[in-house]
Amino acid sequence: MATDHTALGNTAVGNTAAGNTAALREAADLVAGLPPASAVWCSGLRKRYGRRPAVDDVSLEVGRGEVVGLLGPNGAGKTTVIKMLLGLVRPDAGEAMLLGRRAADPAARARVGYLPELFRYQPWLSAAEVLALHVRLAGVGVPAQEQRDCLSLVGLAERVGDRLGGFSKGMQQRLGLAVALVAQPELVILDEPTSALDPLGRADVRDIVLALKSRGVAVLLNSHLIGEVERVCDRVVILDGGRVAASGTLAELLGQRVLRLHLTDLSPAARARLAATGDVEQAGDWFTVALPADDDGTAVPDVVADLVALGARVHAAEPARISLEDRLLGILRAGHEGGAGGA
Amino acid sequence: MTVTTARTVVTIAALTLREAARRRVLRALAVLTVVLLVLSGWGFSRLAAESGFGTLTSGQARLVASQLLNLVMFGLSLIAALGTAFLAGPTLSGETESGVALAMLARPIRRSAVLLGKWLGLVAFGGGFVVLAGLAQCLVVWGTVGYWPPQPAAALALLAAQTIVLLTLGLLFSTVISPMASGVVAVGLFGATWIAGVVGGVGDVLGNDGVARVGTVSRMLLPTDGLWRGAMHAFQDPSVFTSFGPELAAFPFLSEAPLTATYLAWAAVWVAMVWGLAAASFLRKDL
Repeated sequence: MATDHTALGNTAVGNTAAGNTAALREAADLVAGLPPASAVWCSGLRKRYGRRPAVDDVSLEVGRGEVVGLLGPNGAGKTTVIKMLLGLVRPDAGEAMLLGRRAADPAARARVGYLPELFRYQPWLSAAEVLALHVRLAGVGVPAQEQRDCLSLVGLAERVGDRLGGFSKGMQQRLGLAVALVAQPELVILDEPTSALDPLGRADVRDIVLALKSRGVAVLLNSHLIGEVERVCDRVVILDGGRVAASGTLAELLGQRVLRLHLTDLSPAARARLAATGDVEQAGDWFTVALPADDDGTAVPDVVADLVALGARVHAAEPARISLEDRLLGILRAGHEGGAGGA
Repeated sequence: MTVTTARTVVTIAALTLREAARRRVLRALAVLTVVLLVLSGWGFSRLAAESGFGTLTSGQARLVASQLLNLVMFGLSLIAALGTAFLAGPTLSGETESGVALAMLARPIRRSAVLLGKWLGLVAFGGGFVVLAGLAQCLVVWGTVGYWPPQPAAALALLAAQTIVLLTLGLLFSTVISPMASGVVAVGLFGATWIAGVVGGVGDVLGNDGVARVGTVSRMLLPTDGLWRGAMHAFQDPSVFTSFGPELAAFPFLSEAPLTATYLAWAAVWVAMVWGLAAASFLRKDL
């Protein structure tokens, strides 16, 4: 492109050439000043297997350095969406970009790490050889020491030279994590990264994802373990029946926080203090108060201190939030009822 | 071809060779080959000692040696066919089925480069095996009965070409059907073409054009048998047919005519075509 412009400039009058160069430089500065493109961007992705639509008009975005969770029941199309992003499955329609390049171009995956849901690695290779193979295929120069560090990070430091034939499912999944992390990725896509791991392994994965986030690496995490997603993700996309059923930040999806209180000897003044905080629901001696949306962490101690000052006896105070699980089930049930009603 | 693609091709080819070396295929091939070499060495030495090459005319002796060499070479090409077909089969469909391909193909590489790398690795493995084992067999025959084929290089090259044809077919099948099935179908077709070739030879001798055409057509559809006949012709003594007449054409372990350049070109085109089909099928495959 650039050379074309210069060539045109040379054939024209000298002044125009100078003007073109200046304009080009200006354009280059403008492009350089733009924020980097999203780690993942896709729009209107569709895929059918036979008659059954697996993915139907899915659009989503993962910003740079953002951790996004992909949730949904079995068969919701999560893995198919991931495979379409990675060029492993050809979409019937829709566009996808990875790190600012069209996903159909293999070069878009140069800085992408991927742990598949169905993970298997060459059983005749050793753990270190699998990493070396992936580094070569990624076309990135990663020093041997860094590759070993990557294996230590996932807890395979002792098994570097062992053939994978003798690895358990959990250890293969740990190796899969190392493969996803080894080539200095800017985007990591983890499809059910903890399906074969013990609780300790799950905690490791959580730490790894948080470490990636702190380094500014974007993560797209598909997991059945809602607790896991809730702890590490900035945003959540819920898929159901191949469509996006809901998406947003955890705060947006989960709504307000509440405070559950077990109170006795409640004076009218104390009642008024409760009502001043937010909507109150009462069941026997238990009161549930909605906390203000802009709560900066002081609402709970303030309410409790004031209630005690007003003579109420406080037996229990439990700050709570509707769990992601409840919210997910609510969204999925609503979707299915809506679907049944519509049919 | 860009640098990235070239690097991918080389990496995958090396990986394929390493797989062949580390899996049991290589050991099984080596054992079968050694058994075949030892048995044939023993057989040839008994032939020389007992039936007495001394009582045969030199022409008869060369005929017997040519036939036996071709017979053993057929066994060898069968081993190579089985080995490469069962290596080429699992390599793509097996990796797709088990999930090995998922993480690899998510790297910034083209599928066509992966396929080319696999193919080159298999060609190096299959071709290398056939040439080495074939050469060893020629040496065994030379050591025991003193017969040396007239064109050993051409013969071994044609045997290697036959292996390449078969493994390319195996690779195509492995992009569409399951691992085991692709190996079985490739080897089955190989056997069927050989039998069709023998039937065609019988037709030639009987002067029955219809039957003879069976061999010709099958040799066009799958060039393994044609290449095999070319290899046999290069292994056997050229005077065999002049001294014993063309009736021997029906004999499955002798070949009357050398290969034409046109047929060799057709075999090359056939390999390119089948490779292209395999690439088209692999590129469209959803993993």
